[in-house]
Parts: sequence; C-alpha cells; structure tokens
Amino acid sequence: MKKQRPPMYGLLAEFSTVEELVAAVRRAHAEGYRNMDTYSPFPLEGIDDELGLRRTSVPLIVLIGGVLGCLTGYFMQYYLAAIYYPINVGGRPLNSWPSFIPITFELTVLFGGLFAVFGMLALNGLPMPYHPVFNVPRFVRATRDRFFLAIEATDPKFDREGTRRFLEQLAPYEVAEIAH
Amino acid sequence: MQTDPHETTSETGPAGSTWDGAPPVIAPGQTYDSVTEQISEIVQTPHTPWGWVAVFGVSFLIVMMFLAAVSYLLAVGVGIWGINIPVAWGFAIVNFVWWIGIGHAGTLISAILFLLHQEWRTSINRFAEAMTIFAVACAGMFPLLHLGRPWFFYWLFPYPNTMGVQPQFRSPLVWDVFAVSTYFTISLVFWYIGMIPDLATLRDRASGRVGRVVYGVMAMGWRGSGKHWRRYQDAYLLLAALATPLVVSVHTVVSFDFAVAILPGWHTTIFPPYFVAGAIFSGFAMVMTLAIPLRAAYGLQGLVTMRHLENMGKILLATGLVVTYGYIMETFMSWYSGDPFEIYMTLNRALGAHAPEFWGLVFCNVLTPQILWWKWARTNVPTLFVVALIVNVGMWVERYVIIITSLHRDFLPSSWGMYAGTVWDWATFVGTLGFFLALFLLFIRLLPMIPMFELRELLHKLAEKDRSQHEETAAADVRASSRV
Repeated sequence: MKKQRPPMYGLLAEFSTVEELVAAVRRAHAEGYRNMDTYSPFPLEGIDDELGLRRTSVPLIVLIGGVLGCLTGYFMQYYLAAIYYPINVGGRPLNSWPSFIPITFELTVLFGGLFAVFGMLALNGLPMPYHPVFNVPRFVRATRDRFFLAIEATDPKFDREGTRRFLEQLAPYEVAEIAH
Repeated sequence: MQTDPHETTSETGPAGSTWDGAPPVIAPGQTYDSVTEQISEIVQTPHTPWGWVAVFGVSFLIVMMFLAAVSYLLAVGVGIWGINIPVAWGFAIVNFVWWIGIGHAGTLISAILFLLHQEWRTSINRFAEAMTIFAVACAGMFPLLHLGRPWFFYWLFPYPNTMGVQPQFRSPLVWDVFAVSTYFTISLVFWYIGMIPDLATLRDRASGRVGRVVYGVMAMGWRGSGKHWRRYQDAYLLLAALATPLVVSVHTVVSFDFAVAILPGWHTTIFPPYFVAGAIFSGFAMVMTLAIPLRAAYGLQGLVTMRHLENMGKILLATGLVVTYGYIMETFMSWYSGDPFEIYMTLNRALGAHAPEFWGLVFCNVLTPQILWWKWARTNVPTLFVVALIVNVGMWVERYVIIITSLHRDFLPSSWGMYAGTVWDWATFVGTLGFFLALFLLFIRLLPMIPMFELRELLHKLAEKDRSQHEETAAADVRASSRV
C-alpha cells in the first residue's frame, strides 16, 4: 500500500542570525525532531550531528574516480604503445613506464575532479528545478541574508499545530507553511 | 517576532583594523545584505556603464582582427607567420607558454590559498579563476593554429581510427595535450561549482523573467540546504586538493616541451620549478593588472582592499626572486658544464642579435620587482599597476628569448637563421588579448565577479572572532578588578 502523502511539505521558521538558527536546530533536535533541514546563505558549522549529517560519501567517490583515472591512464598508454601500435625506438622497452607517468597523473586528477563534481551534484539531487520550499515567498532571502529551519511533515513527531507552536517559541521572524 | 530586517543590520563586519595591525580583508561596516547588493547590482543593473561599452567595443574590434588573421592563416597556411627552419617555434609557442602561465595564478589563488586558509583570497578568487579559464582558452588556440592543419586537431587524442595509428605517449607534446585539456576542464568545473550558490542568489534577486530562468537553470535549483552545503564543501575542498598538484604539473609538462629536447638553453633540469615560478609570477601580475582597474571602476575598494594588493605585491616579489634564481642558475650551469654549445648559447643571449630582448627581460623581471621590497611601493596603487604591467611584458619577452635564442643558433653554423614575427604574428597575438578582454568583460557584466557566499561566511567568521576577543578582554577586566 502506498503511504499517504502528508498534506504539506513542512513548516519553515525564519531567523535573522546564524546563532538563532543554530540554537533552534539544537532545540528541535532535543525535542525529538529528526526530518529537518536548514537553509542558509553560507555553510554553517556545528550542527552536523543535529541534522544527522555523518561523513559524506563525496571523498569515497573522489577516491574511486581517482583510482579509475589512474588505471585508465596507465593501461590506455600501455595498450596503445606496447600492444596496439608498438614502435621500436632504438630497442628501448615498449612499456616505457616513466614516460607514461604524466598522462597517468593528469587522468587521475581529471577523473577525480569530475567524480567530485558530478558525485556531489548527484548526491544533492541537483539539478532540481522545483522544490516545495521555493513556494514560501520570503524564501528568496535564504540565498542572501536570512537563515531558515524547515521541519518536514514526514517527521514522526510532526504535528501541524504542535510543531508550529514549538517553532514560535524559538522567536523566529516568521513561521510559514510549506505547500507542496 | 522581530522588527523588519531592512531596518536592522543583521551582522556587521569587524572594526577598522585587525588584531595584527594589518589592513582589513573587508572594509568595516559591511553586512550580508550590503555585500550581496553591491556585487549582484553590478550584474543585475539594467544600465550598462559607458566605460564597459567602450572597452568592450574596442576588444570586439580586436577580436574581429583576430578572426581575420586566423581566417587568412587557415586559407594560406603557417607561412604567413615568421616561423622558418631552424626557428619553427615562433610567436605561437611564446604566446602559448605566456597565456598558460597567466592562468596559473587563478588556480593558485583559488586552490592553494584555500587549502592554506588564507582569508584574503576570497575577494579575488572568482575573477582570478575566470582569468585562468580565459587565459587557457587563449593559450590552447596557439598550438592548434600552429599545427598547420588545425582541422585535424583531434588526431592529438587517442581514438580508434581507420589509419591504425596512435599518439606517441613518450612525447612531451602529447603530455601537453592531456595536461592542458585536463587543466581547462578542472578549472572550468571548479569555477562553475564555486559559482552555484551565487547564481542562486542572482536567481532569487532577479526581477525579470529572463534573469530568473537563465540564472535559475545555471543555479540548478540550489537552495542552500544544510545537507547540500556539507557535500558541497567536501567536493570543493577535494577539488582544491586535486587542482593544487595539477597546476604544478601543467607548467612542469610545458617546461618538458623544452627540457626533454637536447637543445642548448632548453635541456636543463631547473626548467620545471623555474617555469612554475615564472607562471605564478606572470599570473599574479595579470591578476593585479585586472584587479586594480576593476576595483576603481566598480568602487570595490571595500572588498578588494589594500591588504589584497599588498599581499599580491609580496607574492610578485617572492616569485620574481625565484625566477631570478632560475636565470642565475641557467647562466651558472652553462659555464659550469664546460660545454661549448651551452657557453655559446649564454653569450649569444646576452650579446647576440637578441641581446636587447634579453636585457629587457632582466630589467622587467629582475630589477623592476625589487621596488616591492618597500612598503610604500606595495601600498601605492599606481606603482603596483605599473610594476604588474612591466612584469607582464617581461614574462612574454622571457619566453621569446628562451624559444628564439636557443633555436636560431643550434649546433651547426650552416643551419643558423634569424627570426622576427610578421604582422600576422602580431595580429594573432594582439587578437587573443582582445579575445581575453572581451570574455572577461562579458564575465563581469553577466556573472558575480566576487563570491558573495564566501564573503558572507567570512563576515560571520570575522564577527565571531571579534566577539570572542571582546569576551576575552571583558573577562580579563573582571579578573583584574577582582584582584583589586
């Protein structure tokens, strides 16, 4: 059976300083809320545990990309220079590995870098043209000078009235409902 | 509930000077909102400044000249250039090395200074990265045009083909293809990723539909989510960590183009570090050449402060000294080697047909930067600008001397020759200057030239630092009074 979709995405509280938002996140976490997210005009520090952010998988993806690039770089050169199109230059070895290092290195960096970029975008679900938070008119300031906390309706403790009352205790500038 | 945010400033920057007495990285009184407004207004104003139109018009005409020069080249061939045998590498390779070296400062500022937590990099990294991309784009055109049949450029890459041949991977020229294309790609994604949060700001600030849609598509739906920021920071840090060795490798590979050859004046082990230092030297000179007029034209003195210019002056001096060391070592080694060809090459550089260029480069790259030992010179904007211009010229001349003097007098006197660029050489070179300028002007008109989100973060950090200092002094006062 398909789970019923909650009537709205969640509630959004707006704060004017980083400190207020950080305090609010800690309070909400202590209150038992888990499905929440912050929206801020620059990265925040010190609330990773509260938001349930453990280590990200980006470094692992980059490592995989780098190793893949390294192997691709070396074996491409080995195959092309020693097997597919061997040229005997004065009897020197066909697998002349020192000459293959620069391109191996470049491809390691290339693959690692592209994996970092596309891995980060994929994990973040970007590009995503539509998201419910954009429905809140004041949300345009999340990319400028305001700090937002969204408690999502999927949270087991979420209750339209109770959660709103809780958020209003935190002295936000405004609490808004996020329509789907 | 609080008062309207427009009336209160949410957070202000630190006081006039920092704890160590250095000038501030951001002028006092800036807020999140003022930083955002000041930078995005440059892009989102409906009025294009007349100065911009005028400079863009000039650079557009130069681009047209460039297209004419390239069209003639494609129609007739590389014979229109001054290259000959023995000097088969003329302006094209000089320009290639010069442009690619300029690019290096952008990556250095954005990646290495980021890893070293140099806060002052923030105001200048975006346009330095843009400079990198445009400079590499200019650089890349020269080897391709020099190919003779540029339309077969893809033969440089290994791909399955009916001819059954493959590139020679033991050749530094093939390494160069990989190094430069990797460098361009990584610089481009680094620049773009760094811009996504600011593109979202422009999207949210745009008043018209076109702005909203275009910046919206480019921002890819960025919404500043805490979870996104976490992965974003990881990816950015790793990209910086990858770009750092990359930037060193690129100019190293460029220097291999020379050092792996056996020509006197090229075949030396000092080339890789000396080329990398020279690249950073010329790149910082170009960043200053761009930053000084920009901050004046757009009133950005509060964001690109004296501190930035002074620090760049110091880097210019330091890398200039490394380059000078390179020149001295080249000369010393040619004497120490006892090799008659090496000794002749050095004497020919200093006293031969290209002696004016050689002494010009000594003046530009060795003597001129020495003025930066004095603080008044590092804090005097016109002086810095003039020094930067002279270094730009000097580094071009340096590559000219390296390439031409070694080629025109090689081992056999019967194969000696002379070289001079033709009008088409100059048209192509000046053409890329116009192309670079045109791209740069489009960038400052259409994209945020200073990273706004990093400035907000910096403001927040500086305010926090300020606050903790106040608390410390307050606590010290309490301790002092309790003792009494």
